[in-house]
Amino acid sequence: MPMAQRVLHSARGQGSRPMPASVGTCRRSSARHFLARTVAAQGSRFETVEQAPPDPILGVTQAFRADEDDRKLNLGVGAYRNDDLQPVVLDVVRKAELRVVEQKNNKEYLPIDGFAPFNKVSAELMFGADSELLASGKIVTLQSLSGTGSLRVGAAFVNRFFPGAKVYIPNPSWGNHKNIFADAGVDVAQYKYFDPETIGLDFSGMMADLESAPEGSVVILHACAHNPTGIDPTVEQWKEVLEICQRKGFLPFFDSAYQGFASGDLITDAFAVRMFADAGLEMLVSQSYAKNLGLYGERVGALHCVAKDEGNAKRALSQLKRLARALYSNPPTTGARIVAEVVGDPELFEEWKGEMMGMAGRIKEVRQQLVDCLKQKSPNRSWDFITDQIGMFSYTGMSNAQVENMTNKHHVYMTKDGRISLAGLSSGKVEYLANAIVDSFDNC
Amino acid sequence: MLSASKNLLSGTCLRPAASAKRTFSSVVDFWADVEEAPRDPILGVTEKFLADPNPNKINLGVGAYRDDDGNPVVLDCVREAEKRIMGSKFMEYLPMGGFKEFCDHSLKLAYGETNPLVTGNKIAAVQSLSGTGSCRLMADFMHKFKPGAKVYITVPTWSNHHNIWGDARVEKETFRYYKPETRGLDFDGMMEDIAAAEGGSFFLLHACAHNPTGVDPTADQWREISKLMREKGHFPFFDMAYQGFASGDCVRDAQAIEIFLSDGHMVGCSQSYAKNMGLYGQRIGCFSLTCNNEQEKIAVESQMKRIARATYSNPPLHGALLVSTVLGDPELKALWYKEVKGMADRIISMRTALRNNLESISGDSWQHVTDQIGMFCFSGMTSEHVDALYEKSIYMTSNGRISMAGVTTKNVETLAKAMHEVTSA
Repeated sequence: MPMAQRVLHSARGQGSRPMPASVGTCRRSSARHFLARTVAAQGSRFETVEQAPPDPILGVTQAFRADEDDRKLNLGVGAYRNDDLQPVVLDVVRKAELRVVEQKNNKEYLPIDGFAPFNKVSAELMFGADSELLASGKIVTLQSLSGTGSLRVGAAFVNRFFPGAKVYIPNPSWGNHKNIFADAGVDVAQYKYFDPETIGLDFSGMMADLESAPEGSVVILHACAHNPTGIDPTVEQWKEVLEICQRKGFLPFFDSAYQGFASGDLITDAFAVRMFADAGLEMLVSQSYAKNLGLYGERVGALHCVAKDEGNAKRALSQLKRLARALYSNPPTTGARIVAEVVGDPELFEEWKGEMMGMAGRIKEVRQQLVDCLKQKSPNRSWDFITDQIGMFSYTGMSNAQVENMTNKHHVYMTKDGRISLAGLSSGKVEYLANAIVDSFDNC
Repeated sequence: MLSASKNLLSGTCLRPAASAKRTFSSVVDFWADVEEAPRDPILGVTEKFLADPNPNKINLGVGAYRDDDGNPVVLDCVREAEKRIMGSKFMEYLPMGGFKEFCDHSLKLAYGETNPLVTGNKIAAVQSLSGTGSCRLMADFMHKFKPGAKVYITVPTWSNHHNIWGDARVEKETFRYYKPETRGLDFDGMMEDIAAAEGGSFFLLHACAHNPTGVDPTADQWREISKLMREKGHFPFFDMAYQGFASGDCVRDAQAIEIFLSDGHMVGCSQSYAKNMGLYGQRIGCFSLTCNNEQEKIAVESQMKRIARATYSNPPLHGALLVSTVLGDPELKALWYKEVKGMADRIISMRTALRNNLESISGDSWQHVTDQIGMFCFSGMTSEHVDALYEKSIYMTSNGRISMAGVTTKNVETLAKAMHEVTSA
């Protein structure tokens, strides 16, 4: 069995009789039953806890690490690599880190809603420093645990204050979206997004599904560089999405994890969020600095709530804080201080814009190289979809069998849905990857 | 707009008012029915304190350590660790379960280096978001895998325990713990409640330095509690936020866990490094569950990770590196032991000073101030007394809980005088 599969399949626990489903039913006998087994220290409360399947995205890195083949290539998780396939700590981050150390800050708790300077610059980055909404207090910000953490607090808020509201997630989407909302107790539904025929946006399908969604539903929108497809609506299409959100009273919930990675420009990539906010919509926005500032492990992000007026915004923030308090109390300091330095300092911010263009540029370049190589090797297939897509990923449209071939035969690690992270591809590995792709499409 | 707003909290299908449909640019007012959340009782006190312009104000609210000048402290062992990890090339995602080396160190600290569960790889553990995050993982784990089980929580307790288990949709009960008459442990009441609870219930126990009362069971009392819980098949979950901070001795402070393990219990533990390593804002802790064998540990750990994935994906890096650096270096670890004892000793000496001052002013016994242990003193003052103290620019939570870390040689007399004044009025 290939190494990857050996890692992915884990031994199940010893078979055992199921525990009493609820201590409440047939109380005394099940309690005694429970007792007898515990006292004998042979039974366990957790015997029936099954091994969770490996996370479809993070599990890939696990499998990759376990693979000993030299040719292996990790195109799983969306973490940026330079052309030597090394992780990158941005220069601006290094500089900011030094500054933060010189400040000799203490390690006290941040307020529940996080580091105020961080919140300020993050809101400005997302909505524009001159935004009237910011000036009038209509936007509140909660520093949070990167994108996941922002989404989770938002989901908890939806669960508590809009009971019965469903969340509509594009099909496909980042796999963790549904986990987050489901765990928060919010019902999940889908709207059409990807068209496998055109390998493009199924816009009419999307609009039809949104049209039939109940009024007041929550709608997840990828702010830019849709994950996993890399396919974004055009400006005109965004206008239509805006119109339907207004008409149906939807609560848009933007997930902005790739600001800067779509066009290369941080400001341009915020246009959809700003369009909606400026139109007067109330909405939630999850903002992550994991990728664009390379702060993955520091878990730094923000949840913004845009409200009709300051009073509403303040009250909403008080409740977001209450929900955060029961999840983690207050957010970690390190990442927030670094972000505040970079985004809040005009010089560092300019420098950051340059580094951002550099990262996005490398990805664009390697995309082009891949397409050129594929066209050479397999001129009868259409490969343009790869350069039509933007951001970190390419959605190849590969089947499960083809993906397995990529991994088992070629040691190319990617997610089962056929997504490859171009951020993990070097120019040196383009040909190797092209061969693997052609082989998988042709022979599986 | 109104009908939309009214429906928002009633659970019925959301429909904006008819008028909203007619206007193109109308905005459904989503947040109109969102009420202001009550101020967090603990963190709200800090807010009041910060707003007070009096230069002699005293903050006895949140449980963060202060030195004798009333300043926050970054431990020397931590400063050194910071230097060593500075400029690290690694800012990648940690695995969902966090930094493994960190978890290994944490388990040794909580359960003992030579514990066969530790050496036998039988403890499922993940790095977590300090104590809150660990407790929340436990609560979510209970909700998912023991949906029928109830959690029993002491009266009183850290107020956020109720938020955590409540938000995780776990049924909560309380059990007696503190006896106001004696300002000590209500041991009989506690044992009665443990006996009366449905078999297989989960008990949230404070491993040491009970928050907010500072009242801990003795070793003998722990043994009896453990025995009774075995008989009833209850599950003990230890919230250990003050290991090392209570007595100054990390091993002694974990003795309750040791007692339960030697009785054959399966246990759970929430460990926080916020106080004992002064890493408050780094949000670093460890959530663990002992298992019967390695396979079970793997399965249980995988499910912990699955819960973490939907909450924050993977935990923050910086704090884990700091703790691992300290605990992984014998010299730094020894320095840490010394520093945590130093903090505990200062608090114990402040307890003594406060008690002495109070007793000499009032002529009454304030013995409970030194009987209690850890960061907090449950003074026995009422919320009216506390309000009166706010007028004197002295801040504590309304349950009369004093964070001893906020007491210094410079303010202890003032504090004693004020406490005497409000309680004898």
